[in-house]
Amino acid sequence: MIRPMVNRDSAFFWEGTQKGELRIQSCNACGVLRHPPGPACPACGALDRGYVVASGLGTVFSYVVHRHPPVPGKELPLVIALIDLDEGVRMVGEVPGVEPEEIAIGTRLQVDYNRVDDELTLPIWRRA
Amino acid sequence: MSRTLSGKAAIVGIGATEFSKESGRSELQLSVEAVQHALADCGLTVADVDGLTTFTMDTSSEIALARELGVEELRFFSRINYGGGAACATVQQAAMAVATGVADVVVAYRGFNERSESRFGQVSVAAATQVNTNGLDNAWTYPMGLGTPAATVAMQARRYLHEYGATSEDFGRVAVADRRHAATNPNAFFYGKPITLEDHQASRMIVDPLHLLDCCQESDGAVALVITSAERARDLAQTPAYVAAAAQGSGRDQFVMTSYYRDDIGIPEMGVVGRELWRQSGLAPADMPMAILYDHFTPYVLMQLEELGFCGRGEAPDFVKDGAIEVGGRLPLNTHGGQLGEAYIHGMNGIAEGVRQIRGTSVNHVADAHHVLVTAGTGVPTSGLILAAG
Repeated sequence: MIRPMVNRDSAFFWEGTQKGELRIQSCNACGVLRHPPGPACPACGALDRGYVVASGLGTVFSYVVHRHPPVPGKELPLVIALIDLDEGVRMVGEVPGVEPEEIAIGTRLQVDYNRVDDELTLPIWRRA
Repeated sequence: MSRTLSGKAAIVGIGATEFSKESGRSELQLSVEAVQHALADCGLTVADVDGLTTFTMDTSSEIALARELGVEELRFFSRINYGGGAACATVQQAAMAVATGVADVVVAYRGFNERSESRFGQVSVAAATQVNTNGLDNAWTYPMGLGTPAATVAMQARRYLHEYGATSEDFGRVAVADRRHAATNPNAFFYGKPITLEDHQASRMIVDPLHLLDCCQESDGAVALVITSAERARDLAQTPAYVAAAAQGSGRDQFVMTSYYRDDIGIPEMGVVGRELWRQSGLAPADMPMAILYDHFTPYVLMQLEELGFCGRGEAPDFVKDGAIEVGGRLPLNTHGGQLGEAYIHGMNGIAEGVRQIRGTSVNHVADAHHVLVTAGTGVPTSGLILAAG
């Protein structure tokens, strides 16, 4: 499978999934939440950042059912959603084990974790 | 009076290889051949060339190409990033260089075997493992299984269908128009092979909601374009296609194919391009007799019509009905057959078709094509041109 490139700006996210936490970057100066993370706050310019732990609940904003071609490390068909988290940020996640007809824009999802190996845990999503 | 690039440069030569699924030559050789054809087209020689520009993605460097061509000295060379979004920007680079006297004759080129070698429609492990911010950006999609161009576009397409009550058939009308135009273009891979809307609907699902016939081809081939100053252009063999406007655009919170974190996902970067094209040229959508809109995936053609101002948000499904985007309609698109029908040469073959329309030599000639709008890759930081007859 394809592993994420990780650097010092994004490591907190992947350290979080290892511990069963879905972390969202927060600005320690103005409090804005953002995903994907980065070294600066686009809202106020501050470089001082932390994170909050998400509730793990979200709503499908869009989704696809990938049928062709093969995707390394995945079984097809593969349902992938773009999820609006209740905290107000958006992220992409696999929704394994769901039939294509069981998902729609607006479906409520709950985060879960796929422990790939000792170094990597991927957030995945299930119907809430 | 605002300063612009308008009218200061022209595309004077176009050249290409055949478009195939297996060229049997190296990518560098394809580009050499395309440049040789483009120079012969306008009556210039290798000795006239002092600039080269291409895509960051191209595997043939400017110096490698210069060596093979026998170009002795280059005064200008540059690359544009972001996949197919670079297409029209290579012409912008060349136009800026010749307009400022930095160079006299610049050739823009793109050549690849993206069907017989590294296939663009597959999951690109290389894209996900780049040691740069693009690789880091891809960490939020590829490991989750979202890793083909079709899949990244399908995410936008699903939302578009939901927001505007559009249907897959609305996407299909773009494919039907492209393939109708390709059917009469002997250089098109799908020459003589038009499709119907029923064919589109019956084609297999690649990534719901995109069918196979919503997706462009994977092609082997190369295209080259020769750009020089407006003054010099008047003395050459072909009718010049003047650059009335040339623009790049990137939007707020921009990513490559995965700008998913904006409130309204869409392609606002093309709106940036459009506003700049209208500003530079002093023209408006109603002045365009036709357009070449980048069509790696059909939904983005609808979104471009909206972003460029040909119709309002959510109105493109109605705009494309009843043959409106086919030759004879109110805004013929992609008269070469587009990248679904002719070939997928990262938008450079579309620029060449724009030049042929200005010259009056397209096999699907649009009457009074005095201006042609051409766009580059969508879903990425992108670019556009307005070509003019004079």
